[in-house]
Amino acid sequence: MKKILILSTALTSLAFAAKADITVMSWGGAYGEAQTEAFVKPFIAATGKATVMVDSENPAPAIKAMVEAGNVTVDVASVEYADGIRLCDEGVLETIDPASLPAAPDGTAAIDDFLAGAVTECAVSTDIWANVYGYDTTKFPADAAPTTAADFFDLAKFPGKRGLRKGAKAVLEFALIGDGVPVGEVYATLSTPEGVDRAFAKLDSIKADVVWWEAGSQAPQLLADGEVVMTTAYNGRLFAAAMNEGKPFQIVWDGQVYENEMFVVPKGAPNLADAMEFIAFATSTEGLRASAQQISYGPARKSSMAEEIIYKDGKTVMAPHLPTAPENLTNALLSSSDFWVDHDAELNERFQAWLAQ
Amino acid sequence: MAEATPVLLTTADGRPLKEALAAAQSRARRRAFLLVLPLLLFVLLTFLIPIGYMLKRSVEHDGFSASALATVAWFETNPNFDPANPPEEAFAALVEDLARMQSEKNTGMAGTRINYSVPGSISLFKAGARAAKDLKPPYKEALLALDPEWGKPVLWLGMQSASGKYTTEFYKVAADRKLTDEGWARGDDKQRIYLYLFFKTFLVSGIITFICLLLAFPVAHLLAVLPMAKSSLLMIFVLLPFWTSLLVRTTSWIALLQEQGIVNDLLVGLGLLTEDGRLTMMYNMVGTIVAMTHVLLPFMILPLYSVMRVIPPSYARAARSLGATSWTTFRRVYLPQTLPGIAAGSLLVFILAVGYYITPALVGGADGQLISNLISFHMNKSNWSLAAAIAGMLLTAILLLYWVYDQLIGIDRLKLG
Repeated sequence: MKKILILSTALTSLAFAAKADITVMSWGGAYGEAQTEAFVKPFIAATGKATVMVDSENPAPAIKAMVEAGNVTVDVASVEYADGIRLCDEGVLETIDPASLPAAPDGTAAIDDFLAGAVTECAVSTDIWANVYGYDTTKFPADAAPTTAADFFDLAKFPGKRGLRKGAKAVLEFALIGDGVPVGEVYATLSTPEGVDRAFAKLDSIKADVVWWEAGSQAPQLLADGEVVMTTAYNGRLFAAAMNEGKPFQIVWDGQVYENEMFVVPKGAPNLADAMEFIAFATSTEGLRASAQQISYGPARKSSMAEEIIYKDGKTVMAPHLPTAPENLTNALLSSSDFWVDHDAELNERFQAWLAQ
Repeated sequence: MAEATPVLLTTADGRPLKEALAAAQSRARRRAFLLVLPLLLFVLLTFLIPIGYMLKRSVEHDGFSASALATVAWFETNPNFDPANPPEEAFAALVEDLARMQSEKNTGMAGTRINYSVPGSISLFKAGARAAKDLKPPYKEALLALDPEWGKPVLWLGMQSASGKYTTEFYKVAADRKLTDEGWARGDDKQRIYLYLFFKTFLVSGIITFICLLLAFPVAHLLAVLPMAKSSLLMIFVLLPFWTSLLVRTTSWIALLQEQGIVNDLLVGLGLLTEDGRLTMMYNMVGTIVAMTHVLLPFMILPLYSVMRVIPPSYARAARSLGATSWTTFRRVYLPQTLPGIAAGSLLVFILAVGYYITPALVGGADGQLISNLISFHMNKSNWSLAAAIAGMLLTAILLLYWVYDQLIGIDRLKLG
C-alpha cells in the first residue's frame, strides 16, 4: 500500500510538473521541426521557461475538443487561417491584443509591420505557405517546360499524369486560374453556380489522368516515384525534397494560392500569460526570420524580409523560394477564409460527388 | 414416483438449508459482481457514455437557438409564417438579436448553425451583426437594403429549423436532403454523396470480407493440422504483419503496386507488359481492396484457426470410412464445425472494414473514398453534429446487420478464440 502511495504521489507530481510546461501544438514533420528550431528552442534559451512541442494531425479539431471537454492541455496551437477565424467565432479561442506584439526594429508598430490580414482577433500569422505545382525537370526539356497554371491542365502539350490534392479548397481556385480567370475574379466566379460548374469542367478535362493525394508528404513522393510528371503540393514540401534529397523538382509559382498559418491560444489555456509571451516572441521580426531560415514559408512581417534570409544550409538565399517573394506573386491568389468558412462543406460534398462519378 | 416428504433440512447451526444456501449464493454473486465492476465501469466510461454523447450531438445544436432569443420567440408564436415574405416584426426581432450577438460576440455560432443548411450564412450574419445597431426601422427595408440575401425564403426556413435546441436536420443532410425555398427536398444530383457512400462502404466491406474468408480458410486449416513446430513458424508469418504498423503496411502496398512500382517493373522486365501498358493497381478500388484485405486478413485467420484446431480429425476420417467423398466430408462434416469461426471472423472483418479510414484515404484515389472519410472531414471542419449523424446512421446500420446476423446464424455460436 505504501509503495502504491509513493508511486501515485510521484506520478501526480510528475503530472503537475508536466503541466507547468508551456505546450505548443503543431503539425509535426518538417514543419513542426522548423517551429521547434525557430521558436521553441530560442524561447527556452531567452526566458528559461520550459516549453514543449507536441504533434497533431490537425491541431484545430484537437483544441476544439479540449475546450469543449473543459480539459485544455495546450497553450499555443498552430492552425490554418480559416480555422483561426472559425474557432474564434465559435468562442474557442482567447483574443490576442495586437498591441502586445513587439514592434519592428525600426519602431513600426506590429499591426503596421504585419502584412494585411496577418493579425486577426484571435490569431497571429507565423508564416505564409502556398499551394503551388511542381514538375520533374527530367521529364521535360528545359525550353519546353511548363510555366503557367494553364500548362498544368494542358495534356496535349505536357502529357503525363497529374497529382492533385483530394479536396475542394485551393483545387477549385487553381482550376479557374488555369482556365484563364484573372486572380482578382476567382472568388466572385466561384460564388456563382456557373463558376463552380466551370471549375469542375476544367477538372473534368484532366480527371482521367489525375492521381489524388491526401497527406502533404504524398505529393513529393508521387513525383519522386515517377507516378506523376507534375503535382500540386505545399511549396515547403517540394523545396525540402529538392534541397535535402536533391530531387530534380521545379516549382511553378504562376497561379499559386497562398495563405497564412496562425498561432492561436485556446480558451482556458493553463499558462495564458506565458502563451501570450511565447506568441509575441515567436512572431517578432527575428522570430519570423528564424522560421523562414528553417523552411521555405514566408514571414508575414515586412521587417523580417528587410535583410536577406539564408537557409539553414548556410548558402541558399531563401527569397526566391518564398511564396511572398515579389516575383512569385505576379499571378497569385490569397486564399479567402470568408469564402471557405461559408462554402467548405457545400463544395466538398460536390467535390466528393464529382470524384465518385 | 415417491412422494416427497416435507422435511425441513437444516445446517449444522440450525438455519434452514435453503436460506443458508441463498445467503451463500448471494455473497458469491456480490463478489462476482464486484469482480466485473471495474470492467463495467470501464465499458460505461469509455464506450457507452461517448457513444451516447455522440448520438446526442447528432440531434442537438443550440448555436442559433441560444443566441437569437427574440427571433426564436417570434417563430414560436408564428409557426406558419410565409417564408417568402416574413413581416416587419420578424425582421425587428432578427435585428434585435443581431445587435445583441454583436455585443455578446456569438454571431459566429449562430451563423455557423444556419450555414449548415444554408451555405453563405456565416458571412451574412457577421456583416448583419456589425451593421445591426445602426439600422433604423422599418427593419425589413433596412436589412434587405444591407443585403437582399436576408429576404431569401430558404434562410427563414433555415432559421426556423434551427430555432429549437433539438433537430433532425443533420440526419436529413446525411440522407442527402437539402433545404430549399420550398422546404426539405431531395438534393441536387451533383451534391448527393452520403447515401451513395454508405452503399459503397457496405459493398466494399462485403467484398473484402468475402476475399478474406477465401484466403484465410486454407491458411487457417493448414495452421490447424500441421505439427505444432511447423504451425508455430507459419503463425509468425501471420502475426508479423499483424504487429506491423498499419501505415507501414499501406505504404508498402503503394511501393509494390503503383505504376512505377515493383510488380509493374517485374512484369515489364519479364516482357509480359510493355512500358506503356503498365497496370493501374493503385489509387483506385483495386488498391483499396488489396491493401485492406491484407490489413484485415489476420482478423479472419485467428478466429478460424482457434475453431479448426479443436475439431477432432477423427470425424473426417469417420466420414471417409463410411464412404463419403472428400467433397462431401468437407461440406457436411468439416465446414459446419468451422461455422462459429467463419461467423466470428466475418463479423470482425466486416465491422472493421466499414469503419476503415486511413487506408482508403491513402491508396483509394478518386473512387476509393468511404463514408468514414467524410465523417473525418466534418470532424475537422467543426460540423460535429453532422459527423455524429453520419456515424449514428453507420452505427444503426451495423446494429441492424448484427441483428439479421443473429437471426440467421445465432450470436451464441460465435467463437472469437
